[in-house]
Amino acid sequence: MAEESKPLVPPTPEGEKKPAAEKPAAAPATASPAAPAKPPAPPATAKPAAPAKPTGPVPLPWTSPLVEKYRRQYGSGIDALTYLGQNYLNVDRSLIPDILRLLRDEEQFDYCVDITAVHYPKRERQFDVVWILYSFPRNERLRVKTQIADGASIPSVVSIWPTANWLEREVYDMFGIQFDGHPDLKRILLPDGWKGHPLRKDYGILQQDKEWVQVNLGIESGQ
Amino acid sequence: MKDSMDELSNGAVSHLDLETPEKPYLDANELIINMGPQHPATHGVLRVILKLDGEKVLGTECVIGYLHRGVEKIAENRTYTMFNPYVDRMDYVAAVSNGLGYCEAVEKLLNVEAPPRAQYIRVVLTELNRIASHQLWLGTHALDIGAMTPLFYTFRDREEILKIFERYCGARLTTHAFRIGGCQYETYAGFEKDVKNFLAFFPPKIDEYEALLTSNRIWLERTKNVGVISGKDCIALGVTGPVLRASGVKWDLRKAQPYAAYSKFDFEIPVGENGDTYDRYMVRMIEMRQSLRIIEQAVNGIPEGPIMGKVPKVIKPPVGEIYHSIEAPKGELGYFIVSDGSTQPYRVRVRPPSFVNLQALDIMVRGMLVADVVAVIGTLDIVLGEVDR
Repeated sequence: MAEESKPLVPPTPEGEKKPAAEKPAAAPATASPAAPAKPPAPPATAKPAAPAKPTGPVPLPWTSPLVEKYRRQYGSGIDALTYLGQNYLNVDRSLIPDILRLLRDEEQFDYCVDITAVHYPKRERQFDVVWILYSFPRNERLRVKTQIADGASIPSVVSIWPTANWLEREVYDMFGIQFDGHPDLKRILLPDGWKGHPLRKDYGILQQDKEWVQVNLGIESGQ
Repeated sequence: MKDSMDELSNGAVSHLDLETPEKPYLDANELIINMGPQHPATHGVLRVILKLDGEKVLGTECVIGYLHRGVEKIAENRTYTMFNPYVDRMDYVAAVSNGLGYCEAVEKLLNVEAPPRAQYIRVVLTELNRIASHQLWLGTHALDIGAMTPLFYTFRDREEILKIFERYCGARLTTHAFRIGGCQYETYAGFEKDVKNFLAFFPPKIDEYEALLTSNRIWLERTKNVGVISGKDCIALGVTGPVLRASGVKWDLRKAQPYAAYSKFDFEIPVGENGDTYDRYMVRMIEMRQSLRIIEQAVNGIPEGPIMGKVPKVIKPPVGEIYHSIEAPKGELGYFIVSDGSTQPYRVRVRPPSFVNLQALDIMVRGMLVADVVAVIGTLDIVLGEVDR
């Protein structure tokens, strides 16, 4: 009797709550956390985002004495844009070592903050290589971007900024981009014998070099 | 012997003017030894291969990646909001700074700004975190060189900061204190009192550290003219933060390109002259005092108002890319974020100060003794969680 009444007592309040809570809350409450119910979530929240998009900023052409100068010199190989107050140059791959060296020597971009890449597998030239530069005298930042195809190489800038050494090794490690003239281009964060380049979009988040794991760690899987 | 030489012949050479002649073999008194990755003085899992001539360092090569967790890959598979706590796990002794950089970068991408109240709270917590980071650096660095007492002092006092963090957001180390658009939590009752108590409590403690070290003869012998790097080399190698400033370059992102509410506060940037370990020590000691100045101004001026800006529930930045960097306790911490207009970042690149600064280890220790390598690793103030990500 007691055992029976115990399970009976909880269900009744729950049963009371469920219809009360579920019916009004089901649609909006589960939609706002957006965890399991994906289809209802985007329409509910995309509505405020959708009108914001047209008013959102777009990259604008950017002109400055620096840009004028190099455009005169190199013609259409340079596209200067500004987005959210940040200036960047889209530069043709063929201009790459020259323009970076000129930026340091003539325009005082003496500090190479970072070198990185972005993978766009659907594009013909799959990789964006990005140099983030800073000038101490001018207190100014500039990004230089170029596009290269998968398997193509790009000149190393270690002779321009020594800091590029490890940064280029990391780009090579993560994307498999070759840097010509790098003094010691090898993996830096992943083990030497690892296969694959994890930051490529075709490399899954759970993917790993199973063979390496089995041989070197003596376990079936690293997962 | 040939193999081990090959391992070292290229990697360590940092393309600055170095006087080390490359030889195809080792002399009878030369040897290659391995330090780490389980060495207590490497502050985590750093492995350094040292080429020595007796006690003298001829060259080094760093082997890193033991703590690589693929943070940048994780970012591409999480929403902007979900990735926020991950950044705390990079430089885990300065988690608040990491979070500030990430939140501000995404806010820039969304083209929104945190409200003033949130910005002041952010400054207070970030500067407290800078002090905590410097305290941890001082304790471990001094311990590496042989001074045991400062470790106990700094950890005792760091506890006061961690208590404030714990009361504010429930966590002491990986705080996840900020959200995209502002702060999640309002300050707790007594927050300002706690911070002001700390402001009164801490200056005598810095004096105490300095009484132990600043004119201590052993400390001077172990740090003066050890690991010297010039400002020019710092810039060439991309070294930032206290290391750059100790080499005489007066550059701090809080002044050069102010973010958060830093432009409203009055503070000095300390610089050194010699670029040695002692100057880096002095720069960080002064930085702690300057942080107190910033905290004092910020905590007295926290404006009323909301703590969260107008940010949509689902973060969906427009297509575009942004680079934003802040002055973390170790140097320039930058985030390069590419958005494809979806809820997940297309690419997040973290520019970690420790990773870039560690590159300078080689030229700083060439010609020094093995014991100095330990001092220089300490003075670079690296955190391997951030080096390897």
